[in-house]
Amino acid sequence: MPSPALPGPRLLRQNMNVVIMGCGRVGAQLASLLDAEGHKVTVLDVDAYSFRRLPPSFGGTALVGDGTDEEMLKKAGIEEADAFVALTQGDNRNVMAAQIAKKTFNISKVVCRIYDPMRKDIYEALGLETISPTTIFAQMLKEKLLAV
Amino acid sequence: MYIIIVGGGSVGYYLCKALLGEGHEVLMMEKDAAKCERFEDELGSVCLRGDGCEVATLAEAGASRADVFIAATNEDEDNLVACQVAKHKFEVPRTIARVNNPKNQSIFKKLGIDCAISVTNLILEHIEEEIPTHPLVHLLTVEEEKTEIVEVRIREGSAAVGRPVKELSLPPDSVLALVIRNGQKPQVPNDDTVLQANDRIIALTSTDSEEALRKELTGS
Repeated sequence: MPSPALPGPRLLRQNMNVVIMGCGRVGAQLASLLDAEGHKVTVLDVDAYSFRRLPPSFGGTALVGDGTDEEMLKKAGIEEADAFVALTQGDNRNVMAAQIAKKTFNISKVVCRIYDPMRKDIYEALGLETISPTTIFAQMLKEKLLAV
Repeated sequence: MYIIIVGGGSVGYYLCKALLGEGHEVLMMEKDAAKCERFEDELGSVCLRGDGCEVATLAEAGASRADVFIAATNEDEDNLVACQVAKHKFEVPRTIARVNNPKNQSIFKKLGIDCAISVTNLILEHIEEEIPTHPLVHLLTVEEEKTEIVEVRIREGSAAVGRPVKELSLPPDSVLALVIRNGQKPQVPNDDTVLQANDRIIALTSTDSEEALRKELTGS
């Protein structure tokens, strides 16, 4: 399946060590993409049942635990990680975990999903790298609807 | 003062009641409609239904003119975000967060919350004070200075009993500030004050010397 052309840097980092918090559809999909490209992936979720979404070929680590807990992040190997992604259903949980990863563990690449666009703006201003699916998806829908 | 409280659990409720009693202007923010109604019935129109982390709700609450913002829900991440939004979006001068998991207390401070109060730690400290055999109790911590004010009970049979203060080898950064003896006025000890069993000593010490101080005063 050809992937849609996304704007952005063409130069990609290799052999990254990534910790993903939240194994929902997006988390599991991201984990399997990164794993397939040879990156080292650890996925955290509070519910072991979520790991059913990982493909059988997944070669990374799946850990049951809360990513807002420092001890748990250490167990997930955050101290050696190059990147951290917060993808749970809760904006506040994502924001808290992302800030811990950035401020306590000094992870340089931290990305945080925030559904609420207003909250996204605040944390963007505070220096977090954030993505709001709400804004992006609404924009995409609008373009699709208005396309001739 | 104008004080906003987020979270109408028992902490929020009693806090709201106490602050109203002191004559402050208080607004409670609570998501649950039934709780809001109960609040209004008991305390008058002090409750705004809504999420205390939402910018729109906070704007409606007039957060930009609040003097103090208190997040007292039982979810730490909600308390953190509510305080950060209040601080950075609405520039509330003082934000106070309830911390449910004691591990989060230092994280909250690091992330800019003015005051993070761990309920568990507070309960532990109070219970410790009530255990009569507990030899050393923390009364106050001056965090920036790493200094503590502690209370030490001199036990029967402790090596310090019957000795004047000058004979004790106290750590250099510890000072005995007060001796409280049953039935007497508390006195400021000098070098010749002789310690007795069951004396209660209020002392200042550095955090690092606390253990040495305890040993010298209560060890046998």
